[in-house]
Amino acid sequence: MTLLRTDGVTKAYGGVHALNGATISVEEGTVAGLIGPNGSGKTTLFNVITGYERPDAGEVYFGDMTITNYAPDKVFAAGIGRTFQLTRIFPRLTVIENMLIAAQGRDKQKNLLARFGRDAWTHHRRHAMDLLEFVGIERHANLLAGSLSYGQRKLLELAYVLVADPAVLLLDEPAGGVNPTLVNHIADRIRQLNAEQGKTFLIVEHNMEFVMGLCSTITVLESGAAVASGPPEKIKTDKRVLDAYLGADLEEDPR
Amino acid sequence: MSSGTNHLDRAAKVGGLLALIVIAVAFPKVYTNPSITNYGVLTLIFVTVASAWNIFSGNSGYISLGQAVFYGSGAYAMGIAARDWHLTGTTVFALLPLCAAVGAIIAVPLGLVALRVRRHTFIVVTIAFFFIFQLMAFNLSFTGGSSGLSSPFLNWPSTGYNTPFYYIALACAAGTIAIAWLIRRARFGLQLRAIRDDEDRARGLGVRAMRVKLSAFVISGAITAIAGAVWFYYINQVEPQTGFDPLFDLTIVLMAFLGGYGSIAGAVLGAIIIEPLTLWLNTQPQFSGGSLSEILLGGIFLVVVIFVPRGIIPTGGELITKLRTRGRPAVLPATTIGTPSSTGSGPAAPVSSGGGR
Repeated sequence: MTLLRTDGVTKAYGGVHALNGATISVEEGTVAGLIGPNGSGKTTLFNVITGYERPDAGEVYFGDMTITNYAPDKVFAAGIGRTFQLTRIFPRLTVIENMLIAAQGRDKQKNLLARFGRDAWTHHRRHAMDLLEFVGIERHANLLAGSLSYGQRKLLELAYVLVADPAVLLLDEPAGGVNPTLVNHIADRIRQLNAEQGKTFLIVEHNMEFVMGLCSTITVLESGAAVASGPPEKIKTDKRVLDAYLGADLEEDPR
Repeated sequence: MSSGTNHLDRAAKVGGLLALIVIAVAFPKVYTNPSITNYGVLTLIFVTVASAWNIFSGNSGYISLGQAVFYGSGAYAMGIAARDWHLTGTTVFALLPLCAAVGAIIAVPLGLVALRVRRHTFIVVTIAFFFIFQLMAFNLSFTGGSSGLSSPFLNWPSTGYNTPFYYIALACAAGTIAIAWLIRRARFGLQLRAIRDDEDRARGLGVRAMRVKLSAFVISGAITAIAGAVWFYYINQVEPQTGFDPLFDLTIVLMAFLGGYGSIAGAVLGAIIIEPLTLWLNTQPQFSGGSLSEILLGGIFLVVVIFVPRGIIPTGGELITKLRTRGRPAVLPATTIGTPSSTGSGPAAPVSSGGGR
């Protein structure tokens, strides 16, 4: 079943067409990749899906809902979590407080007193600590998030998106700018979430080894439109893809 | 840090708080001279408004320079209602909830407009609102024009006049601090501080930013309106230029910045330092005319911004932590998954002081 789909999404900034009829789809329970040269519209497509940008034309579907032009908070409430290319954490809040921001989506507590009480937090706190443990930064729970290293911020961002238990996670360059050990650690966490909890992923990434090893389907974006889509083996050999983006590098890849 | 130190911290904090309460309650019993209790009343009113400002601006990062809108509106609401309904004496205090409602109702449309824009633009919009309200006070038919309104008659003897007002102002201040404290530990406060750090990201995590910001703005406006009403009844008179006073806004912002932007104790401390100082300067014959105190306030503002930009409370808290952790590693031993960068503001910075910049 298709869980997330965009249909002919177009977005222009002045005369620049960032997206030009981008149509992609992500099957439920898969780890999908989205690749393409710089400026091909990957992040803009993420922004349109998650409500940070309004498309000029086209629709975004999530399950059987049309979520085009939903505000970011509504998209998140619907079940789509997202991380940013340059991580966006809350630097002046502690790590655990960062985690609790997203917790409200889970909470159906309407009692005003309970909202101000300490007990309302204990349940969220435990869940948040579990997730911090899952990504491996639980020891830093009470530090200001601004004091974390770049890689740890990536992990924190992944963890706090998980707090609200979204069905789909859109990750914008999760392996960008972090050391190889951490790249493997992040890939393992994604595999685990996919295998154990059936979470669906759509991942933008330039690290080809990471994408090819992790994703079951890959969509290639070029000049704001999808030019190819399929399993990694097919994408690796697709003539148009090689022309557009990969060049000959991938064939020389020892993997 | 060991739990023993935490217990000591806690005991010190509770003890300090109790001592403050005792001092605050005993103050007018010890100093019965009206010119001294006058300092107390006005300082507590400013503790209230600075804390109310901090609830909204300190948490959300939206600097409002239009709080005088609510202060003046509260004063005028009390004056107009008492005049038109022929209320006098202590009954007038029953209008305080109405004044809060007026402040809250005014804050809704103002917030809906101003909170669409951020940072400098927001500041400018709040200043514009302020001037609109001052002009309205001058020109509307029911505000008494440039001569303003006189407060309803209150037949308290002049010797004990200040003391009841002192306790009313103390109740306002204590209530506001309690609300600020509750908000800080609630999800609501966390959402406000998330908006301060990265509003778009907070929205992407399900924070209904407009609703959260507006709620804080309304709470802040309602409290400021109550304070304005108490102030009006206390000083007996409100005019457009005293009810809607541009210096009022600059003063409360200075109080908050001096004490510690975003910190509850900071706003209180700032008010306790600045307001008596201003009052004292205005009573000195050599400074008469009042403008010298304004120049001095401007000077303090510059000194604060340059030398203690984060305010007394956060900077002081950091110093104490630094002294305590001297010779010990400030950072927990690293785990395999990266270590916190030891640069930056220092991970050992006290989190509870909040509102670092």
